[in-house]
Order: sequence, then structure tokens, then C-alpha cells
Amino acid sequence: MVWQTIKRWYHMLGSPRYFYTFSSALLPWLTPIALLVFTVGIVWGLAFAPSDYQQGNSYRIIFIHVPASSGALMGYMAMGVAGLVAVVWRMKMAEVMMKAIAPFGAALAAISLATGALWGKPTWGTYWQWDARMTSMLILLFMYVGVIALQNVIRDPRQAARAAGLLAMVGVINVIIVKYSVEWVQTLHQGSTLKLVGESTINPAMKYPLLISMLGTWLLYAVNVLVRARTEVVWRERRSKWVRKLVKGGGQ
Amino acid sequence: MNPVRKQRLLVVLAVLIGLGIACGLMFYALRQNINLFYTPQQIASGEAPLDAQMRVGGLVEPGTVIRNPDTLDVTFGLTDGKGRFTVHYQGILPDLFREGQGIVANGTLVSRTRFEAEEVLAKHDETYMPPEVQEALEKAGHPGAKKAGEYN
Repeated sequence: MVWQTIKRWYHMLGSPRYFYTFSSALLPWLTPIALLVFTVGIVWGLAFAPSDYQQGNSYRIIFIHVPASSGALMGYMAMGVAGLVAVVWRMKMAEVMMKAIAPFGAALAAISLATGALWGKPTWGTYWQWDARMTSMLILLFMYVGVIALQNVIRDPRQAARAAGLLAMVGVINVIIVKYSVEWVQTLHQGSTLKLVGESTINPAMKYPLLISMLGTWLLYAVNVLVRARTEVVWRERRSKWVRKLVKGGGQ
Repeated sequence: MNPVRKQRLLVVLAVLIGLGIACGLMFYALRQNINLFYTPQQIASGEAPLDAQMRVGGLVEPGTVIRNPDTLDVTFGLTDGKGRFTVHYQGILPDLFREGQGIVANGTLVSRTRFEAEEVLAKHDETYMPPEVQEALEKAGHPGAKKAGEYN
């Protein structure tokens, strides 16, 4: 029963036309919710959360650094899954999704590296060290840029998606290295504060704004992916009847 | 599943597993080089080479920080509970440097007990809490309490 439902969704969302109608209904709701959650998290964290016992106020960059990093990692995982579906099942929507996921993820990875450097100077005493976490995060940014480049350098979008999908899948190995680098080897970077299992080592007064700004960033990412995917769908289906009708009707 | 897709899936999975194993082996082989620093235990056991540029990391031993009042010279003991040695540094220490703090120093090991640092970086752990909470923990003698810093 559950399997049947999943299978039906897969086929429904696999249809560009259905995706377009579905996202038209979803976006007017999702966009304001995402903006609201993001604003609440950031303002709460930057202005109202208490200062840290060791780092004072400079720790507040965590409310930008951690959401950006987690978004970049999750986005890459999603892009890897889309890549697998695109390469094995040749599903058009997976190709579209891969193309929609990459730019925002690359931007988040860049923000993560930049805020990390700015945070590192006052706390560690250096902008950059070639430790495992920082190096693997830099590689993640390069993987994103590589996927974007492959998508653009091959003219046929279907062939481009296959090449980029392969690169996206291979890069998933690096995501695992980024995640566990602070546990497997000695790094300057701290270990994970938020833990999937077990108690997080952050005071609740700081944890909640952090979780909310993370959720807000993920929702904004989702909005961005939907908007980009819609544009890509319309471009790819430009010769189909429904898109012609849509364009004639002024987008309605 | 359609046989063509099945074959594609198998090829992709084989490539991924192969690459995963290759990366795992590489990571394992390079583990010592990927580690950012040597620990005091490794220094004590003679794993770290003398007179070579390297990084060491450990905790600043409480009560061992000696500052020269006229110059920027400072010496302190670095320990991980299994080994210890003295670090000498001339320069400005990062704000988070204090007794009991984790640090990473870049420099040369002059002998098994003395390290000449050119750069000292402060590590911080994954614990975040407001100063009041930290004070309350310390007052109650909670084992999770850390030494309060002068940094505000």
C-alpha cells in the first residue's frame, strides 16, 4: 500500500507537467513560510540568544555558518540521488532537479567557507588551515562547480545530465568524508555540536535559534530549487502543447 | 526492473563501491598525514621526527604558563594525559589561549621535551553555553564545568 503510493508519486512528480502544476500550488505557501522561519531563526540567534562563555559574541556567526554548511551537504546528497536516478532510470525530472539543486548548494558551500574563515581568525588565530574538515569542504565546493560546469559544457541536455550525474554520485563519497572528518582524524575544527543520536553539547537557549535558522535555510533552498526547476521544465518542454498554451495565456 | 536499467544500476553501484573502497584505503593509508598535528603521546613515544617542521596539539597544562614580563616570550606545558613537553613561543597568543585550553602549535621539535613554536592556534570544543550557566555549573562542582575564561 505504502509502496504503491510512493510509486504513484514517483510517476506523478516524474511528469514535468504535473510538477509544474504541483509547484504552482506549493510555492505561494512555501515561500512566505521559508522567509518567516529563516528571519525568526537569524534574528533570534544574532540578537537575542545569550553570548557564549568562551567566545563571547563572536560565536554568533554559528547561526549563519552551520545552516549554510548543513544546507550545502544535504543539497549535495539530494543531487547525488537525483544523479543516480538520472543515470540509471533516465528520468527527465531528475535531470531537471540536478540542475536546479547545484547553484544554491555551491553558494552555501562558499558562504560556509567564508564565514568559517571569518570565525577562525578571532577564535583560532588563523583564517585557514589545511585540516581535514576545511580541505574536504573546499573539495565539496569544487565538486558543485564541477557539476555545474559539466551541465553547461555539453550542449545536449540529456547527455550533459548523464555526465554530471556520474560526477554528482561520485562526490557523495566526499560528503561522507566532510561529515566524519572531525571524528576520524585530528583537526583544528571542532567536533559536531548537534548530534543525531545523543545529547547535543549546546545550551537550549542557543540550540533552538540554531535549529530554526537551519530549517529556514533548508526551506529557502527548497523554494530556490522549485523556482529553478520550473524555469528549466518550461525551457525543456517549450515545444510541447501545454507550455505553448501556458505562454499564450500569459503564464496563467 | 527492466534489464537495461538493472545493468546500468549494477554498473553504477560497482563503480561507486569500488571508488568508495579506494577512497577508504587511501584515507587509511594517509591517516597520519591527514592528522593536523602530533599529540604529546606521539612525541613521548618518539613517533614525531626531531628538527622537522610540524604541528603539535594538546591541552595547556594548568599552572605551567610562564610569561616573560619584558618580552613576548612565553613557555607552557602541553599535555594529553599520556605525555607532556614544554612549548616556547614568542608572539601574541590568540584570545582563547588559557590554561586547560586545547591548542595547536606550528614549529619544530628541538628535543623530546621542548618544542619551539612559530605559531600558536587555539582550538575550541563543541560546547556552547551562556556564561551564567557555566558559572552555575562551576559553583555546583559539576564535572562538565570548565575553567572560566577572562574573555567576554
